[in-house]
Amino acid sequence: MNEIKLEFEAVSENEALARVVAAAFIAGLNVTVDELEDVKTAVSEAVTNAIIHGYKECGGKVIMNAALKRESKDTCLLSVEICDTGVGIEDVEQAMQPMFTTGAENERSGMGFSFMEAFMDQVTVTSSLNMGTMVHMEKRLKGYDERQ
Amino acid sequence: MEAKMREYAIIDNYLCIKMPAEVDHHKAAGIRECADRMILDDKVKNIVFDFEDTTFMDSSGLGIIIGRYRKISCFGGKVYAVNANERITRLLTTSGMTSIIEVVS
Repeated sequence: MNEIKLEFEAVSENEALARVVAAAFIAGLNVTVDELEDVKTAVSEAVTNAIIHGYKECGGKVIMNAALKRESKDTCLLSVEICDTGVGIEDVEQAMQPMFTTGAENERSGMGFSFMEAFMDQVTVTSSLNMGTMVHMEKRLKGYDERQ
Repeated sequence: MEAKMREYAIIDNYLCIKMPAEVDHHKAAGIRECADRMILDDKVKNIVFDFEDTTFMDSSGLGIIIGRYRKISCFGGKVYAVNANERITRLLTTSGMTSIIEVVS
């Protein structure tokens, strides 16, 4: 078991920071380049959502929690949570539909949640209005954490 | 300005955009702004997105492509992706973007 917590300001510069930290967190495993890119992409999507939709690009705090749990001799379970205390999502099911976007005027593709679901094994979204949103994602990775 | 000249070039009626190493929401606004200015100023018909230097792209990249496609498709323009690596090619293909962008290998 290994865990990290990263708290950062909801500005777009930090999208790269969050995905690089997530990548560094699993770098000790024998992950493939594709698995690494999958995690980076999913984190980037969730953080971008928090900045654009959660905080309406007006700033706030984003928290990323990541944990690695040894599952068997040669597999690990990565969990990543991206949390904001922004406006929340009224209809989570609708928000997760491919191509759904409230940001058409800003040219969002509406594919953020679809990307998260495509690149992670499991994505769960918990949200309440004016309280915030938590995106919980899991991915099973081969290899073990050599630091343990 | 010199950097911009290298990143945005007009060849015949094609606007060629050299995409950055990492295409995300942070980079999207700048690309959108420069591209749209050139589309207006120079009567560009088609757009070529050059992914030669790009190693990372999330769904913000799709938004850039969709937005530019909307601007030029009503005048019969086309959108192309060149020099995309395997992962970016797969992103464009599996997300259904190939209905509006032609991936040239």
